[in-house]
Amino acid sequence: MKIVVLMKQVFDTEAKISLDGNKINKQGVSLVMNPYDEYAVELGLRIKEKFKGEVTVVSVGGPEVQDALRQALAMGADKAVLVDPGADEIDEYTTATILAKAIGGLEYNILLGGFKAIDDGSCQVCGRVAEILGVPVVNMVTQAEVEEDKAVVTCDIDGGSAVIEVKLPAMLTAQKGEIEPRYPSMKGIMQAKKKPMQKIGLGDIGLDAAQAAPKVKALSYSLPAARAAGKLVPGEPAEAAKELARLLREEAKVI
Amino acid sequence: MIFKLTEEQELLRKTVRDFAEKEIAPKAAEMDEKEEYDWDLWGKMAEMGLSGVPYPDEYEGAGMDNISYAIAVEELSRVCASSGVLVSAHTSLCAWPIYAFGTEEQKQKYLVPLANGEKIGAMGLTEPGAGSDAGSLKTTAVLDGDEYVLDGSKIFITNGYYADIYVIIAATDRALKHRGISAFVVEKGTPGFSFGKKEHKLGIRASATYELVFENCRIPKENILGKEGEGFKVIMKTLDGGRIGIAAQALGIAQGAYESALNYSKIREQFGKPISANQGIQWMLADMATRIEAARLLVYQAAWLKDNNESYSKQAAMAKLYAAETAMWVTTKAVQIYGGYGYTREYPVERMMRDAKITEIYEGTSEVQRIVIAASVLK
Amino acid sequence: MAKGIWVFTEQRDGEIKKVTYELLSAGRKVADSLGEELCAVLLGKGVSGLEGKLGEYGADKVYTVDSEALENYTTDAYTNILADLAKEHQPTAILLACSASGRDVAAQVAQRLGTGLMTDCTDMALEDGQLVFTRPVYAGKAIVKAACPEARPVMATIRPNVLAADAPQAGRAAQAVPVGGNTGDIRQVIKDIVKQISTRPELTEADIIVSGGRGIKGPENFALLEELADVLGAAVGASRAAVDAGWKSHSFQVGQTGKTVSPVLYIACGISGAIQHLAGMSSSKCIVAVNKDPEANIFKVADYGIVGDLFDVVPLLKEELKKLLA
Repeated sequence: MKIVVLMKQVFDTEAKISLDGNKINKQGVSLVMNPYDEYAVELGLRIKEKFKGEVTVVSVGGPEVQDALRQALAMGADKAVLVDPGADEIDEYTTATILAKAIGGLEYNILLGGFKAIDDGSCQVCGRVAEILGVPVVNMVTQAEVEEDKAVVTCDIDGGSAVIEVKLPAMLTAQKGEIEPRYPSMKGIMQAKKKPMQKIGLGDIGLDAAQAAPKVKALSYSLPAARAAGKLVPGEPAEAAKELARLLREEAKVI
Repeated sequence: MIFKLTEEQELLRKTVRDFAEKEIAPKAAEMDEKEEYDWDLWGKMAEMGLSGVPYPDEYEGAGMDNISYAIAVEELSRVCASSGVLVSAHTSLCAWPIYAFGTEEQKQKYLVPLANGEKIGAMGLTEPGAGSDAGSLKTTAVLDGDEYVLDGSKIFITNGYYADIYVIIAATDRALKHRGISAFVVEKGTPGFSFGKKEHKLGIRASATYELVFENCRIPKENILGKEGEGFKVIMKTLDGGRIGIAAQALGIAQGAYESALNYSKIREQFGKPISANQGIQWMLADMATRIEAARLLVYQAAWLKDNNESYSKQAAMAKLYAAETAMWVTTKAVQIYGGYGYTREYPVERMMRDAKITEIYEGTSEVQRIVIAASVLK
Repeated sequence: MAKGIWVFTEQRDGEIKKVTYELLSAGRKVADSLGEELCAVLLGKGVSGLEGKLGEYGADKVYTVDSEALENYTTDAYTNILADLAKEHQPTAILLACSASGRDVAAQVAQRLGTGLMTDCTDMALEDGQLVFTRPVYAGKAIVKAACPEARPVMATIRPNVLAADAPQAGRAAQAVPVGGNTGDIRQVIKDIVKQISTRPELTEADIIVSGGRGIKGPENFALLEELADVLGAAVGASRAAVDAGWKSHSFQVGQTGKTVSPVLYIACGISGAIQHLAGMSSSKCIVAVNKDPEANIFKVADYGIVGDLFDVVPLLKEELKKLLA
C-alpha cells in the first residue's frame, strides 16, 4: 500500500502575529506541522502498519519546511518530498497544482491530508488536488477502515456524521477524531536523518511558474482591533447575576 | 566552537516539550498534591524511548548523545521536576553504572530492560550515616559461597519501591574504608530486600523516595558490578554523570518558572499597565534569562565533554552547582513576580520553587560540588 | 458576458438555512451595484417549491435540481451539477456558506472551473468594481482582504451569522428554472448517516451559545449549562480543555481545532480564554464570561464579566433570565 500524505508547516498556535509592511511577519515565529496533518500522518502510519506499506510525505514550501517533514519521518514515514514553489505569493490553486504534479509522479493507493490548515483555514488544497488527479475525496474523516481497494470512513457532515465508502485510490482529509497522533520516538528521530528527503523545484516536476500562478491575490493584511475589555459586574453572585441579566437585555440588547 | 544544536537535538527538544506539555503538565499539580506519580506516564515515556536516551541501539537505547539526554531531562523538568528526576535517576544512576561497569551478560539482563523502559531503575548509596562520605557505609555485602549477603539500609532512594532494578553500594570490607566498597545489582523481590518508610518531602513530591532495607538478602555472586573494591570508582563516575542529569533537571525547573513569570508579567496589570513595564520586574527577568542561559551552556558543555570522552568531572560539578543555585534563585524570583498568587497552588511557580531546593542537595550538595571543583582547580 | 451573482442554497431536509438569506441579502446589494442578476442554486430532493422563499430574500432566478440522487449531500453529485451550471451560465461570482458541505463543494468546483476560492469570509464588498472578501486568518489574529482579479467566477464561502439578513419581501417572486442536472458517477457511497439529535440549535448557527471549560469540573455539571441554554434557546459548546478531558465530544468544541462560531451572545463559563478558544468565538457580538480567576484571559475579550464561582452564578443567572423572558 503506497500512502501519500500532504503536509503543511504552519505557525505555532501560540504564535504572536505581527505585520511586516503589507505582509505577515514570519521572523522568529516558531513553526509546527499543521495539527490536522499530524492526524493524517498518524492515519497513514496505521494503514502502513496494517498493509506493510510505505508512507511518503509531500509538502510545498521553503527549506524551513524540512523540520516538519523530519518530524513526520521521525514518526515513521519513509520518504519526504519538498517542492519549493520559488515564489512568496502563492494561493491554494498554486499549491494544489504543484502538489498534484509532484504526487502524479508517485505511485499511490491512498492520499491523506489534514482537512484544514490552521493558518489560513482554507480547507481546499486537498480537495483541489483530488480534483486534479481525478480521485474521489472525503473530507473531515474521523475514522477510517482501509482495505486493499476501498476505504470505509466516518466523517463529520453538517448536523451529524456519515459513513462513506470510496474505492481507492481516494483522498481522505483528517478531522480530529479518535486517532491520537504518536510522538516521534527517540529512535525514530535518529532514523529520520537516514531517510530520503527529496528537495526539488518546479522545473523538476515539469511545471513553470505561469502554470501555477495564483488566482487569488491578497490585497492587504491588518490586525484585528483589540476587543475593548468590557465591564466586570460587581457584587455578590445573586446581585451580579441580576445586574448581568438586566445589562444583556437593556444595554447590549441581545436577549 | 559551534553553539548550535543538531537537527536531531532540536527535534528531540520539540518532541519532548510537546509531550511534556500535553501529557505531563496537566497532571503535575495533582501528582504533587497527592504525592503520587502517574505511572501511565512512564509507559508513554518508555514507548518514546525516554528510558534509554544515551544508550546504544544494541541495548535497545535510543543511541543518542548526552546532550540529547540533558535536553530530555530539561524539558521534562520544565513542566514537572518529579518526571525529570525519575528519568535522571533511572538513566544516570542505575542504567549508566551497568552500562559502564557491567559485563555483557549483565548488560543484556539488566541494561536492555532498563533502556527499553520495561523496567525502572534506582540506585542505593545514601545511608543515615553516610551520603557523599561513601567510606563510612554501614551496609555490608559478605561473600558466602556463590552469593553475597546484604545487610543494612539505604535512605532517600529516588524511584525506591517502584523501581525493579537497583544498583546498591555496600561495604565488602569495612576496614578498607572507601577502597573496601563494591557495587551490586539487586532485583526487587529478592528475599530479604524490603522497603521502609516513604519520605514526605518539601518538593519533587510526586517522585517516590523510599528507604531500602536489606536483611540477610542473598544475591548471586555474579551480580557484582566490576570487581570487589571497585565500588568507590563506580560511585564517583556515576555521580559525575548523575550531576549532568540533575543539572539538567535544575535548568528545566528554572526555565519553566522563568517562562511562567515572563508570561504572567505581561498579562498582570497593576496601576493601569502590565507589571512587565516596571523596570524592577524587567531587571529580574533579564537576570533570570541570563543566569539560565549561563547554566544551560555549562550543562551542555559537561554533556559534550562526556560525549567526547574527555574529563567532565569538574564541569559536571560546576554545571550542577550553578544550575541548582540558578533554579533556586529563578524560582524564588518567579514567585516574587507573581506576588500573592505565586505563593498559592493556583500557579505552578509555588511548586517549582519547592522542587528547586532539592537540586542544591541531592547527588552532592552545593557544598560538595564546591569541594569537587576546588579539588580540581587546586590540583 | 459573465453574468450573475450566485448563491448556493444551504438546505437540509427541505429547510433553507438562515445563512442562505444572509448570502442573498449581501449578494443582492452586489448584484444591484454591478447591474447583474442574483441567482440561487437549489439542489436537493423535494426542494421544488422553496424558490418563493429565496425570491423573498432577493433572488431573481433560482436554478433548481430536484432529484432523488440529491437527497443527501455527496461531493461528486453536488460538484458535477454546480460545476456544469456554472460552466453553462458563466456567473460572475458564486457565494456559499462556510459549512461542511459548502466548503467541500466549493473546493471541487473552484478547481474544476480553474478559479480562485476564498473561504471562511466574514465580509464582502465591492471596491472599484472588484469583489473584495475579508477573511480572518491565523486563528483570527490577522485579517486579510483578498480578491480574485481575473479568473471567473469569483468563489467564496462565508461564515454563517456574520452578514445581516434583510427582512423578506413578502410576495417577491423569483423565476424558477428547473434543471435536469447530471449527478454523474457518485464515488462517495453513503452507508449510513447519523444525525445529531438535539432540541437545541446547532453550534455554528445558534444565536446564543453557552459554553463550558475546565472550570465545569466534570461532565455531569454540563447540566447546569444546558438548563441555562434551554432558558435562552441556546446551543451548548465546550472548550478544548473540556473536550480533551472527555466531558463532551469533539462536535461541541469551539476553538481553533473545533468550530468557529459567531453568535449574538456567547456565554463562557469556567473558560480561561486560551488563544485557541478565542480563535473560535471572538467574532461573537456580545461575550459574557463567568470565571473565578480574575486574571483569566477571557475577561480581556468579554463585554461583561462576573468574577465568581460558576456553580453559584450560573443557576442564579438562569433564574434571572427566566424572569426577564417570562
